[in-house]
Amino acid sequence: MTLTGSLAAIGRPVLAALAGVGRVSMFAGAVLANLVRPPFYFREFGHALLQIGWFSLPVVGLTALFTGGALALQIYSGGARFNAESVVPSIVAIGMARELGPVLGGLMVAARVASSIAAEIATMKVTEQIDALVTLSTNPIKYLVVPRVLAATLAVPILVGVGDSIGIMGGWLVGITRLDFNSATYIKNTVNFLETWDVLSGMIKGAAFGFIVALMGCYFGMTSGRGAQGVGAATKSAVVAASVMILAANYILTEVFFTS
Amino acid sequence: MIELRGVQKTFGANQVLRGVNLILPRGQSMVVIGGSGTGKSVLLKSILGLVRPDAGTITLDGQNVAKAERDAFLARFGMLFQGGALFDSLTVWENVAFRLMRGAQALPPDQARAIALEKLRRVGLTPAVADQFPAELSGGMQKRVGLARAIAAEPEIIFFDEPTTGLDPIMSGVINALIREIVVEMGVTAMTITHDMSSVRAIADRVAMLHAGVIQWTGPVAEMDTAPDPYLQQFIHGRAEGPIESVR
Repeated sequence: MTLTGSLAAIGRPVLAALAGVGRVSMFAGAVLANLVRPPFYFREFGHALLQIGWFSLPVVGLTALFTGGALALQIYSGGARFNAESVVPSIVAIGMARELGPVLGGLMVAARVASSIAAEIATMKVTEQIDALVTLSTNPIKYLVVPRVLAATLAVPILVGVGDSIGIMGGWLVGITRLDFNSATYIKNTVNFLETWDVLSGMIKGAAFGFIVALMGCYFGMTSGRGAQGVGAATKSAVVAASVMILAANYILTEVFFTS
Repeated sequence: MIELRGVQKTFGANQVLRGVNLILPRGQSMVVIGGSGTGKSVLLKSILGLVRPDAGTITLDGQNVAKAERDAFLARFGMLFQGGALFDSLTVWENVAFRLMRGAQALPPDQARAIALEKLRRVGLTPAVADQFPAELSGGMQKRVGLARAIAAEPEIIFFDEPTTGLDPIMSGVINALIREIVVEMGVTAMTITHDMSSVRAIADRVAMLHAGVIQWTGPVAEMDTAPDPYLQQFIHGRAEGPIESVR
Protein backbone atom coordinates (compact mmCIF):
# COMPACT_ATOMS: atom_id res chain seq x y z
CA MET A 1 0.00 0.00 0.00
CA THR A 2 1.34 3.45 -0.89
CA LEU A 3 1.81 6.19 1.69
CA THR A 4 -1.17 8.14 0.36
CA GLY A 5 -3.26 4.97 0.41
CA SER A 6 -2.34 4.33 4.05
CA LEU A 7 -3.11 7.93 4.98
CA ALA A 8 -6.44 7.71 3.17
CA ALA A 9 -7.29 4.49 5.04
CA ILE A 10 -6.66 6.30 8.35
CA GLY A 11 -8.28 9.52 7.23
CA ARG A 12 -11.59 8.10 6.05
CA PRO A 13 -12.78 6.73 9.42
CA VAL A 14 -11.45 9.83 11.20
CA LEU A 15 -13.41 12.08 8.86
CA ALA A 16 -16.48 9.87 9.24
CA ALA A 17 -16.18 10.03 13.04
CA LEU A 18 -15.79 13.82 12.97
CA ALA A 19 -18.80 14.11 10.66
CA GLY A 20 -20.77 11.98 13.15
CA VAL A 21 -19.71 14.24 16.03
CA GLY A 22 -20.80 17.23 13.96
CA ARG A 23 -24.20 15.74 13.21
CA VAL A 24 -24.82 14.84 16.88
CA SER A 25 -23.71 18.36 17.92
CA MET A 26 -26.09 19.97 15.44
CA PHE A 27 -28.89 17.71 16.66
CA ALA A 28 -28.11 18.64 20.29
CA GLY A 29 -28.12 22.33 19.28
CA ALA A 30 -31.54 21.93 17.66
CA VAL A 31 -32.85 20.20 20.80
CA LEU A 32 -31.52 22.95 23.09
CA ALA A 33 -32.95 25.67 20.84
CA ASN A 34 -36.37 23.98 20.92
CA LEU A 35 -36.26 23.52 24.71
CA VAL A 36 -37.03 27.18 25.26
CA ARG A 37 -39.43 27.82 22.37
CA PRO A 38 -43.16 27.07 22.55
CA PRO A 39 -45.22 25.01 22.01
CA PHE A 40 -44.50 22.70 24.95
CA TYR A 41 -46.02 19.25 25.00
CA PHE A 42 -46.74 18.68 28.71
CA ARG A 43 -48.59 15.38 28.20
CA GLU A 44 -45.65 13.88 26.29
CA PHE A 45 -43.28 15.23 28.96
CA GLY A 46 -45.32 13.62 31.75
CA HIS A 47 -45.46 10.32 29.87
CA ALA A 48 -41.69 10.39 29.29
CA LEU A 49 -41.05 11.25 32.95
CA LEU A 50 -43.07 8.21 34.00
CA GLN A 51 -41.37 5.89 31.50
CA ILE A 52 -37.82 7.09 32.13
CA GLY A 53 -37.99 7.90 35.83
CA TRP A 54 -40.57 5.81 37.62
CA PHE A 55 -40.24 2.62 35.56
CA SER A 56 -36.41 2.68 35.79
CA LEU A 57 -36.54 2.74 39.58
CA PRO A 58 -36.56 -1.08 40.10
CA VAL A 59 -33.55 -1.73 37.88
CA VAL A 60 -31.55 1.20 39.28
CA GLY A 61 -32.50 0.28 42.85
CA LEU A 62 -31.51 -3.38 42.49
CA THR A 63 -28.22 -2.43 40.80
CA ALA A 64 -27.41 0.00 43.62
CA LEU A 65 -28.39 -2.49 46.36
CA PHE A 66 -26.08 -5.25 45.11
CA THR A 67 -23.28 -2.81 44.26
CA GLY A 68 -23.39 -1.26 47.75
CA GLY A 69 -23.24 -4.71 49.33
CA ALA A 70 -20.36 -5.89 47.14
CA LEU A 71 -18.51 -2.62 47.75
CA ALA A 72 -18.76 -3.10 51.52
CA LEU A 73 -17.30 -6.62 51.21
CA GLN A 74 -14.46 -5.44 48.95
CA ILE A 75 -13.51 -2.47 51.14
CA TYR A 76 -13.61 -4.62 54.27
CA SER A 77 -11.45 -7.27 52.62
CA GLY A 78 -8.97 -4.73 51.21
CA GLY A 79 -8.97 -2.59 54.36
CA ALA A 80 -8.16 -5.62 56.49
CA ARG A 81 -4.66 -5.68 54.93
CA PHE A 82 -3.77 -2.50 56.84
CA ASN A 83 -6.24 -2.67 59.72
CA ALA A 84 -8.63 -0.13 58.15
CA GLU A 85 -11.87 -2.14 58.28
CA SER A 86 -13.60 0.77 60.03
CA VAL A 87 -13.54 2.89 56.84
CA VAL A 88 -16.21 0.68 55.21
CA PRO A 89 -19.21 2.98 55.96
CA SER A 90 -17.52 6.17 54.78
CA ILE A 91 -15.96 4.67 51.62
CA VAL A 92 -19.20 2.92 50.65
CA ALA A 93 -21.09 6.22 51.07
CA ILE A 94 -18.55 8.33 49.16
CA GLY A 95 -18.05 5.69 46.48
CA MET A 96 -21.74 5.30 45.88
CA ALA A 97 -22.58 9.00 45.93
CA ARG A 98 -19.68 10.28 43.85
CA GLU A 99 -19.05 7.48 41.40
CA LEU A 100 -20.92 4.18 41.40
CA GLY A 101 -24.41 5.58 41.93
CA PRO A 102 -24.35 7.96 38.95
CA VAL A 103 -22.25 5.78 36.62
CA LEU A 104 -24.06 2.48 37.19
CA GLY A 105 -27.41 4.24 37.34
CA GLY A 106 -26.59 6.03 34.08
CA LEU A 107 -25.48 2.81 32.39
CA MET A 108 -28.60 0.94 33.51
CA VAL A 109 -30.80 3.79 32.27
CA ALA A 110 -28.83 3.78 29.00
CA ALA A 111 -29.52 0.08 28.55
CA ARG A 112 -33.20 0.44 29.37
CA VAL A 113 -34.14 3.89 28.08
CA ALA A 114 -31.79 4.70 25.17
CA SER A 115 -32.74 1.40 23.55
CA SER A 116 -36.46 1.90 24.00
CA ILE A 117 -36.39 5.53 22.80
CA ALA A 118 -34.30 4.62 19.75
CA ALA A 119 -36.51 1.64 18.86
CA GLU A 120 -39.73 3.62 19.32
CA ILE A 121 -38.64 6.64 17.27
CA ALA A 122 -36.96 4.48 14.60
CA THR A 123 -40.17 2.48 14.22
CA MET A 124 -42.11 5.73 13.92
CA LYS A 125 -39.71 6.80 11.19
CA VAL A 126 -39.95 3.51 9.30
CA THR A 127 -43.76 3.56 9.44
CA GLU A 128 -43.87 7.21 8.24
CA GLN A 129 -45.28 8.48 11.55
CA ILE A 130 -42.55 11.16 11.65
CA ASP A 131 -43.55 12.32 8.15
CA ALA A 132 -47.17 12.30 9.33
CA LEU A 133 -46.22 14.57 12.25
CA VAL A 134 -44.63 17.05 9.82
CA THR A 135 -47.67 17.07 7.54
CA LEU A 136 -49.80 17.74 10.63
CA SER A 137 -47.72 20.89 11.27
CA THR A 138 -45.95 19.39 14.27
CA ASN A 139 -42.19 19.69 14.72
CA PRO A 140 -40.89 16.16 15.54
CA ILE A 141 -38.00 17.61 17.57
CA LYS A 142 -40.44 19.50 19.79
CA TYR A 143 -42.99 16.70 20.02
CA LEU A 144 -40.78 13.62 20.30
CA VAL A 145 -37.29 14.69 21.33
CA VAL A 146 -37.60 17.67 23.71
CA PRO A 147 -40.02 15.95 26.16
CA ARG A 148 -37.79 12.87 26.37
CA VAL A 149 -34.52 14.79 26.77
CA LEU A 150 -36.02 17.09 29.39
CA ALA A 151 -37.61 14.18 31.29
CA ALA A 152 -34.36 12.17 31.31
CA THR A 153 -32.29 15.19 32.40
CA LEU A 154 -34.63 15.77 35.33
CA ALA A 155 -35.40 12.14 36.24
CA VAL A 156 -31.94 10.56 36.22
CA PRO A 157 -30.51 12.81 39.02
CA ILE A 158 -33.45 11.79 41.19
CA LEU A 159 -32.87 8.15 40.28
CA VAL A 160 -29.20 8.62 41.22
CA GLY A 161 -30.19 10.11 44.58
CA VAL A 162 -32.52 7.20 45.30
CA GLY A 163 -29.89 4.74 44.02
CA ASP A 164 -27.26 6.29 46.33
CA SER A 165 -29.53 5.77 49.33
CA ILE A 166 -30.31 2.17 48.36
CA GLY A 167 -26.63 1.45 47.66
CA ILE A 168 -25.57 2.83 51.04
CA MET A 169 -28.34 0.74 52.58
CA GLY A 170 -26.94 -2.32 50.77
CA GLY A 171 -23.54 -1.63 52.33
CA TRP A 172 -25.15 -1.17 55.74
CA LEU A 173 -27.08 -4.47 55.40
CA VAL A 174 -23.91 -6.37 54.53
CA GLY A 175 -21.98 -4.47 57.22
CA ILE A 176 -24.30 -5.42 60.07
CA THR A 177 -25.16 -8.95 58.91
CA ARG A 178 -21.83 -10.20 57.49
CA LEU A 179 -19.08 -7.91 58.82
CA ASP A 180 -20.15 -7.51 62.47
CA PHE A 181 -20.61 -3.73 62.36
CA ASN A 182 -22.80 -2.09 64.94
CA SER A 183 -25.82 -0.62 63.14
CA ALA A 184 -25.81 2.73 64.92
CA THR A 185 -22.05 3.16 64.47
CA TYR A 186 -22.28 2.31 60.78
CA ILE A 187 -25.01 4.91 60.21
CA LYS A 188 -23.19 7.52 62.32
CA ASN A 189 -19.96 7.04 60.34
CA THR A 190 -21.83 7.26 57.07
CA VAL A 191 -23.56 10.51 58.04
CA ASN A 192 -20.42 12.06 59.50
CA PHE A 193 -18.21 11.43 56.49
CA LEU A 194 -20.67 12.12 53.68
CA GLU A 195 -20.67 15.76 52.52
CA THR A 196 -23.39 17.58 50.61
CA TRP A 197 -21.08 18.02 47.62
CA ASP A 198 -20.54 14.25 47.39
CA VAL A 199 -24.25 13.75 46.80
CA LEU A 200 -24.74 16.90 44.72
CA SER A 201 -21.84 16.14 42.35
CA GLY A 202 -23.29 12.69 41.72
CA MET A 203 -26.70 14.16 40.94
CA ILE A 204 -25.16 16.71 38.54
CA LYS A 205 -23.44 13.80 36.83
CA GLY A 206 -26.83 12.07 36.71
CA ALA A 207 -28.37 15.06 34.93
CA ALA A 208 -25.57 15.01 32.33
CA PHE A 209 -25.96 11.25 31.86
CA GLY A 210 -29.74 11.56 31.51
CA PHE A 211 -29.27 14.19 28.80
CA ILE A 212 -26.79 11.92 26.99
CA VAL A 213 -29.04 8.84 27.21
CA ALA A 214 -32.13 10.55 25.80
CA LEU A 215 -30.16 12.52 23.21
CA MET A 216 -28.50 9.37 21.85
CA GLY A 217 -31.79 7.44 21.85
CA CYS A 218 -33.54 10.22 19.96
CA TYR A 219 -30.65 10.90 17.56
CA PHE A 220 -30.22 7.30 16.44
CA GLY A 221 -34.00 6.86 16.26
CA MET A 222 -34.47 9.93 14.09
CA THR A 223 -31.60 8.96 11.78
CA SER A 224 -32.38 5.25 11.56
CA GLY A 225 -32.24 3.31 8.31
CA ARG A 226 -35.12 1.44 6.71
CA GLY A 227 -36.81 -1.74 7.89
CA ALA A 228 -36.26 -4.00 10.86
CA GLN A 229 -32.50 -3.94 10.28
CA GLY A 230 -32.49 -0.14 10.51
CA VAL A 231 -34.44 -0.21 13.77
CA GLY A 232 -32.09 -2.85 15.22
CA ALA A 233 -28.99 -0.93 14.20
CA ALA A 234 -30.38 2.32 15.65
CA THR A 235 -31.13 0.61 18.97
CA LYS A 236 -27.67 -0.96 19.22
CA SER A 237 -25.89 2.27 18.24
CA ALA A 238 -27.90 4.29 20.77
CA VAL A 239 -26.96 2.01 23.69
CA VAL A 240 -23.29 1.75 22.71
CA ALA A 241 -22.90 5.49 22.07
CA ALA A 242 -24.76 6.45 25.27
CA SER A 243 -22.69 4.03 27.39
CA VAL A 244 -19.34 5.20 25.99
CA MET A 245 -20.34 8.86 26.28
CA ILE A 246 -21.45 8.34 29.90
CA LEU A 247 -18.06 6.88 30.83
CA ALA A 248 -16.20 9.66 28.99
CA ALA A 249 -18.39 12.37 30.50
CA ASN A 250 -17.91 10.82 33.94
CA TYR A 251 -14.15 11.15 33.67
CA ILE A 252 -14.39 14.76 32.48
CA LEU A 253 -16.85 15.73 35.22
CA THR A 254 -14.73 14.00 37.89
CA GLU A 255 -11.71 16.00 36.68
CA VAL A 256 -13.73 19.21 36.83
CA PHE A 257 -15.33 18.53 40.22
CA PHE A 258 -12.55 16.92 42.24
CA THR A 259 -9.11 17.82 40.93
CA SER A 260 -9.15 21.62 41.15
CA MET B 1 -53.01 24.85 -8.75
CA ILE B 2 -49.83 22.89 -8.11
CA GLU B 3 -47.11 23.11 -10.74
CA LEU B 4 -43.86 21.16 -10.92
CA ARG B 5 -41.13 22.29 -13.30
CA GLY B 6 -37.98 20.31 -13.95
CA VAL B 7 -38.02 18.62 -10.53
CA GLN B 8 -35.00 16.38 -9.99
CA LYS B 9 -34.00 14.21 -7.05
CA THR B 10 -31.08 11.83 -6.64
CA PHE B 11 -30.39 9.43 -3.77
CA GLY B 12 -26.74 8.39 -3.90
CA ALA B 13 -26.16 7.03 -7.40
CA ASN B 14 -29.88 6.59 -8.06
CA GLN B 15 -31.44 9.49 -9.97
CA VAL B 16 -35.11 9.00 -9.11
CA LEU B 17 -36.64 12.14 -10.62
CA ARG B 18 -35.00 13.43 -13.81
CA GLY B 19 -36.98 16.57 -14.53
CA VAL B 20 -40.63 16.14 -13.70
CA ASN B 21 -43.04 18.65 -15.25
CA LEU B 22 -46.63 18.37 -14.07
CA ILE B 23 -49.64 20.62 -13.48
CA LEU B 24 -52.36 19.69 -11.02
CA PRO B 25 -55.33 22.00 -11.64
CA ARG B 26 -57.40 23.22 -8.69
CA GLY B 27 -60.37 21.00 -7.84
CA GLN B 28 -59.13 18.10 -9.97
CA SER B 29 -58.27 14.59 -8.86
CA MET B 30 -54.94 13.58 -10.38
CA VAL B 31 -53.70 10.00 -10.10
CA VAL B 32 -50.00 9.36 -10.66
CA ILE B 33 -49.27 5.83 -11.82
CA GLY B 34 -46.00 4.05 -12.42
CA GLY B 35 -44.08 0.95 -11.47
CA SER B 36 -42.62 0.29 -8.05
CA GLY B 37 -39.52 2.38 -7.37
CA THR B 38 -40.22 4.94 -10.09
CA GLY B 39 -40.31 7.80 -7.59
CA LYS B 40 -44.04 8.35 -7.12
CA SER B 41 -43.75 8.71 -3.33
CA VAL B 42 -40.66 10.91 -3.71
CA LEU B 43 -42.65 13.17 -6.05
CA LEU B 44 -45.45 13.51 -3.55
CA LYS B 45 -43.09 14.08 -0.62
CA SER B 46 -41.20 16.69 -2.64
CA ILE B 47 -44.38 18.74 -2.97
CA LEU B 48 -44.95 18.55 0.79
CA GLY B 49 -41.36 19.48 1.57
CA LEU B 50 -40.61 16.12 3.24
CA VAL B 51 -37.97 15.58 0.56
CA ARG B 52 -35.96 18.51 -0.82
CA PRO B 53 -35.56 18.38 -4.61
CA ASP B 54 -32.04 18.84 -6.02
CA ALA B 55 -33.32 21.02 -8.87
CA GLY B 56 -36.53 22.44 -10.29
CA THR B 57 -39.38 24.42 -8.77
CA ILE B 58 -42.69 23.48 -7.19
CA THR B 59 -45.34 26.17 -6.89
CA LEU B 60 -48.70 26.25 -5.16
CA ASP B 61 -50.98 28.93 -6.58
CA GLY B 62 -47.90 30.60 -8.05
CA GLN B 63 -45.91 30.64 -4.80
CA ASN B 64 -42.69 28.65 -4.54
CA VAL B 65 -43.36 26.05 -1.86
CA ALA B 66 -39.70 26.09 -0.74
CA LYS B 67 -40.15 29.72 0.33
CA ALA B 68 -43.65 29.38 1.80
CA GLU B 69 -44.31 29.72 5.54
CA ARG B 70 -44.36 26.05 6.57
CA ASP B 71 -47.27 25.93 9.02
CA ALA B 72 -49.61 27.94 6.78
CA PHE B 73 -48.55 25.87 3.76
CA LEU B 74 -49.04 22.50 5.48
CA ALA B 75 -52.37 23.61 6.95
CA ARG B 76 -53.73 23.51 3.38
CA PHE B 77 -52.86 19.82 3.02
CA GLY B 78 -54.19 16.52 4.26
CA MET B 79 -52.40 13.27 3.63
CA LEU B 80 -53.28 9.59 3.78
CA PHE B 81 -50.08 7.59 4.14
CA GLN B 82 -49.52 4.16 2.61
CA GLY B 83 -49.50 2.30 5.93
CA GLY B 84 -51.84 4.74 7.64
CA ALA B 85 -48.98 6.18 9.75
CA LEU B 86 -51.31 6.38 12.74
CA PHE B 87 -49.67 7.28 16.03
CA ASP B 88 -49.50 4.07 18.08
CA SER B 89 -49.55 5.80 21.45
CA LEU B 90 -52.74 7.78 20.75
CA THR B 91 -56.31 6.54 20.55
CA VAL B 92 -58.20 6.61 17.27
CA TRP B 93 -60.05 9.84 18.02
CA GLU B 94 -56.83 11.53 19.20
CA ASN B 95 -55.20 10.55 15.91
CA VAL B 96 -58.07 12.02 13.92
CA ALA B 97 -58.18 15.19 16.02
CA PHE B 98 -54.38 15.57 16.18
CA ARG B 99 -54.16 18.71 14.06
CA LEU B 100 -57.35 20.20 15.53
CA MET B 101 -55.86 20.24 19.05
CA ARG B 102 -52.62 21.95 18.05
CA GLY B 103 -51.52 25.29 16.69
CA ALA B 104 -52.83 28.80 17.08
CA GLN B 105 -56.47 27.81 16.53
CA ALA B 106 -56.38 24.71 18.74
CA LEU B 107 -59.82 23.47 19.75
CA PRO B 108 -60.72 22.28 23.25
CA PRO B 109 -60.59 18.46 23.54
CA ASP B 110 -64.37 17.93 23.74
CA GLN B 111 -64.95 19.98 20.58
CA ALA B 112 -62.07 18.25 18.77
CA ARG B 113 -63.46 14.85 19.82
CA ALA B 114 -66.90 15.74 18.45
CA ILE B 115 -65.36 16.64 15.08
CA ALA B 116 -63.24 13.46 15.14
CA LEU B 117 -66.37 11.34 15.75
CA GLU B 118 -68.13 13.08 12.88
CA LYS B 119 -65.18 12.41 10.53
CA LEU B 120 -65.02 8.77 11.67
CA ARG B 121 -68.71 8.44 10.89
CA ARG B 122 -68.04 9.99 7.47
CA VAL B 123 -65.57 7.22 6.65
CA GLY B 124 -67.95 4.54 7.91
CA LEU B 125 -66.60 3.94 11.42
CA THR B 126 -68.74 3.92 14.54
CA PRO B 127 -67.96 5.87 17.73
CA ALA B 128 -67.10 2.50 19.33
CA VAL B 129 -63.66 2.58 17.68
CA ALA B 130 -62.87 6.11 18.87
CA ASP B 131 -61.26 5.03 22.13
CA GLN B 132 -59.40 2.06 20.68
CA PHE B 133 -55.73 2.16 19.74
CA PRO B 134 -54.64 1.77 16.08
CA ALA B 135 -53.04 -1.63 16.76
CA GLU B 136 -56.48 -2.97 17.70
CA LEU B 137 -57.90 -2.20 14.23
CA SER B 138 -57.78 -4.14 10.95
CA GLY B 139 -55.81 -2.79 7.97
CA GLY B 140 -58.95 -1.50 6.28
CA MET B 141 -60.11 0.27 9.44
CA GLN B 142 -56.68 1.84 9.86
CA LYS B 143 -56.91 3.22 6.31
CA ARG B 144 -60.31 4.69 7.15
CA VAL B 145 -58.92 6.30 10.30
CA GLY B 146 -56.04 7.68 8.22
CA LEU B 147 -58.59 9.06 5.77
CA ALA B 148 -60.59 10.61 8.62
CA ARG B 149 -57.38 12.25 9.92
CA ALA B 150 -56.56 13.55 6.43
CA ILE B 151 -59.95 15.29 6.13
CA ALA B 152 -60.36 16.33 9.78
CA ALA B 153 -59.13 19.90 9.33
CA GLU B 154 -60.97 20.24 6.00
CA PRO B 155 -57.88 20.83 3.85
CA GLU B 156 -57.95 22.27 0.32
CA ILE B 157 -55.58 19.62 -1.03
CA ILE B 158 -55.41 15.94 -0.11
CA PHE B 159 -52.67 13.48 -1.05
CA PHE B 160 -53.29 9.75 -1.03
CA ASP B 161 -50.22 7.51 -1.03
CA GLU B 162 -51.08 3.99 -2.26
CA PRO B 163 -54.51 4.07 -0.54
CA THR B 164 -55.45 0.45 -1.35
CA THR B 165 -52.11 -1.32 -0.84
CA GLY B 166 -52.50 -4.41 1.33
CA LEU B 167 -56.31 -4.43 1.22
CA ASP B 168 -58.57 -7.09 -0.24
CA PRO B 169 -60.47 -6.17 -3.46
CA ILE B 170 -63.73 -5.43 -1.65
CA MET B 171 -62.10 -3.18 0.94
CA SER B 172 -60.10 -1.53 -1.87
CA GLY B 173 -63.37 -0.77 -3.63
CA VAL B 174 -64.80 0.70 -0.42
CA ILE B 175 -61.75 2.93 0.10
CA ASN B 176 -61.73 4.04 -3.56
CA ALA B 177 -65.42 4.93 -3.36
CA LEU B 178 -64.88 6.82 -0.11
CA ILE B 179 -62.00 8.80 -1.58
CA ARG B 180 -64.01 9.72 -4.65
CA GLU B 181 -67.02 10.76 -2.56
CA ILE B 182 -64.92 12.87 -0.24
CA VAL B 183 -63.00 14.55 -3.07
CA VAL B 184 -66.23 15.49 -4.86
CA GLU B 185 -68.12 16.43 -1.68
CA MET B 186 -65.33 18.65 -0.30
CA GLY B 187 -64.32 20.01 -3.71
CA VAL B 188 -60.67 19.47 -2.91
CA THR B 189 -57.66 19.16 -5.16
CA ALA B 190 -56.39 15.60 -4.86
CA MET B 191 -53.29 13.72 -5.86
CA THR B 192 -53.19 9.95 -5.50
CA ILE B 193 -50.26 7.71 -6.24
CA THR B 194 -51.00 4.10 -6.98
CA HIS B 195 -50.34 1.20 -9.30
CA ASP B 196 -53.81 -0.23 -8.69
CA MET B 197 -55.74 0.35 -11.93
CA SER B 198 -59.13 -0.06 -10.23
CA SER B 199 -58.18 2.89 -8.00
CA VAL B 200 -57.19 4.92 -11.06
CA ARG B 201 -60.56 4.39 -12.74
CA ALA B 202 -62.50 5.06 -9.52
CA ILE B 203 -60.63 8.15 -8.32
CA ALA B 204 -59.05 9.99 -11.25
CA ASP B 205 -60.13 13.01 -13.28
CA ARG B 206 -56.65 13.10 -14.78
CA VAL B 207 -53.84 10.55 -14.93
CA ALA B 208 -50.09 11.03 -15.11
CA MET B 209 -47.67 8.19 -15.69
CA LEU B 210 -44.22 8.47 -14.14
CA HIS B 211 -41.54 6.39 -15.82
CA ALA B 212 -37.74 6.66 -15.78
CA GLY B 213 -37.92 9.81 -13.68
CA VAL B 214 -40.12 11.85 -16.03
CA ILE B 215 -43.84 12.16 -16.75
CA GLN B 216 -44.26 9.73 -19.64
CA TRP B 217 -47.90 10.57 -20.33
CA THR B 218 -50.60 12.78 -18.81
CA GLY B 219 -54.21 13.37 -19.77
CA PRO B 220 -57.85 12.88 -18.77
CA VAL B 221 -58.73 9.42 -17.45
CA ALA B 222 -61.25 9.01 -20.31
CA GLU B 223 -58.38 9.19 -22.84
CA MET B 224 -56.13 6.75 -20.99
CA ASP B 225 -57.34 3.58 -22.72
CA THR B 226 -57.05 5.01 -26.22
CA ALA B 227 -53.79 6.90 -25.78
CA PRO B 228 -51.12 5.64 -28.23
CA ASP B 229 -48.27 5.73 -25.68
CA PRO B 230 -46.80 2.18 -25.59
CA TYR B 231 -45.44 2.63 -22.04
CA LEU B 232 -48.87 3.62 -20.75
CA GLN B 233 -50.60 0.80 -22.59
CA GLN B 234 -48.15 -1.78 -21.27
CA PHE B 235 -48.63 -0.52 -17.73
CA ILE B 236 -52.42 -0.22 -17.65
CA HIS B 237 -52.86 -3.66 -19.23
CA GLY B 238 -50.19 -5.24 -17.08
CA ARG B 239 -48.30 -6.78 -20.00
CA ALA B 240 -44.89 -8.36 -19.44
CA GLU B 241 -43.86 -7.52 -23.03
CA GLY B 242 -43.30 -3.94 -24.06
CA PRO B 243 -40.89 -1.02 -23.75
CA ILE B 244 -40.86 -1.19 -19.91
CA GLU B 245 -38.25 -3.73 -18.92
CA SER B 246 -39.43 -6.26 -16.37
CA VAL B 247 -37.13 -8.34 -14.21
CA ARG B 248 -38.11 -12.02 -14.20
